[in-house]
Amino acid sequence: MAKIIVVTSGKGGVGKTTSSAAIGAGLALRGYKTVVIDFDVGLRNLDMIMGCERRVVFDFINVIQGDAKLKQALIKDKRLENLFVLPTSQTRDKDALTIEGVEQVLNELKEEFDYIVCDSPAGIERGAHLAMYFADEAIVVTNPEVSSVRDSDRVLGLLQSKTRHAEEGVEVKTHLLLTRYDKERVARGEMLNVEDVLEILAIPLIGIIPESQTVLKASNIGMPVVLDDKSAAGKAYEDAVARLDGEERDMRYEGEEKPGFFQRLLGKTG
Amino acid sequence: MFSFSLRPRRNKSAETAKERLQILLAHERADGESPDYLPMLQKEILEVVQRHLSVSQDHVEVKIDREKDISALEINIEIPGPSSLKVKAGA
Ligand SMILES: Nc1ncnc2c1ncn2[C@@H]1O[C@H](COP(=O)(O)OP(=O)(O)OP(=O)(O)O)[C@@H](O)[C@H]1O
Ligand SMILES: [Mg+2]
Repeated sequence: MAKIIVVTSGKGGVGKTTSSAAIGAGLALRGYKTVVIDFDVGLRNLDMIMGCERRVVFDFINVIQGDAKLKQALIKDKRLENLFVLPTSQTRDKDALTIEGVEQVLNELKEEFDYIVCDSPAGIERGAHLAMYFADEAIVVTNPEVSSVRDSDRVLGLLQSKTRHAEEGVEVKTHLLLTRYDKERVARGEMLNVEDVLEILAIPLIGIIPESQTVLKASNIGMPVVLDDKSAAGKAYEDAVARLDGEERDMRYEGEEKPGFFQRLLGKTG
Repeated sequence: MFSFSLRPRRNKSAETAKERLQILLAHERADGESPDYLPMLQKEILEVVQRHLSVSQDHVEVKIDREKDISALEINIEIPGPSSLKVKAGA
């Protein structure tokens, strides 16, 4: 049975698209047939982060409007056999998404995929609402700072009231993904720590992704960061995906690995 | 398990980023506000093919690969086997 997972946050720029790409790729690495859908109509970005931007032919809206078949719009990842991307439209506006259209596409995807990951736009408007509406589970991406935590709380409320599951009296399973976590700034008391955020939001923690240079590099070359399994951020995403898949893993919050003296000499650091 | 590493690339990832953006944006700007020519193109090609063969949208695969100087547009039309193939009269 396919699972629909929304990656959402309320606040913009906290790492939803980065996380959608990483989690999608992580699930595919674990052998699940996975599709990541970009719901950010008008601001297409997932394709860039996943490195398939030059191969976009048709998009989500074309499929909803009957101009293309779903099969034609899905882009197969070049690295991972099980990974697909459904890009959004760059030129339409968000009104082009309809609830019936979204439902129809999701139903069709459910036939073929194990996981459907929905990359939500920022905000709590139409696009964000549609991205979460059919979700079975939600990954709430939060940065350790006040406005992000506040927006996450708002989104958690919406997940339990304005989704199909909620309307049917079923709870949407929620997971907290803390991203851009800077251990040093937390230690200096400049940023909220994990315990603070958990105490306030009171949902289970699925992972802590450190603030990391590797994330930027991964986006530069269009590769989901989870594929760099040497990096702290890559490992943290890999752990989060394992937990999503039901595995128990100790929470390790490594910061960005600082290069050792010899590595620096050898110039092997990125 | 295989692994990709960003490390050996050192700081060159920004160059890759620039190149990717230049290619993509050149295409997006050239397409202007109406890049939806592909659904139209597909529809028209399909109409022409359907005058001779019975194929539907399900049998069409459109691929594009945008490069710096040249892009490749690939359209594959799968023609059903002889049993289901009904060549239209006169063709
Ligand atoms: N763990 C991290 N370490 C460092 N930078 C990060 C991390 N996660 C995300 N970023 C950076 O933060 C920026 C925003 O990330 P991303 O696009 O994933 O956010 P978003 O929530 O999808 O944004 P939007 O709300 O605009 O859709 C990007 O520049 C990304 O590289
Ligand atoms: Mg995004």
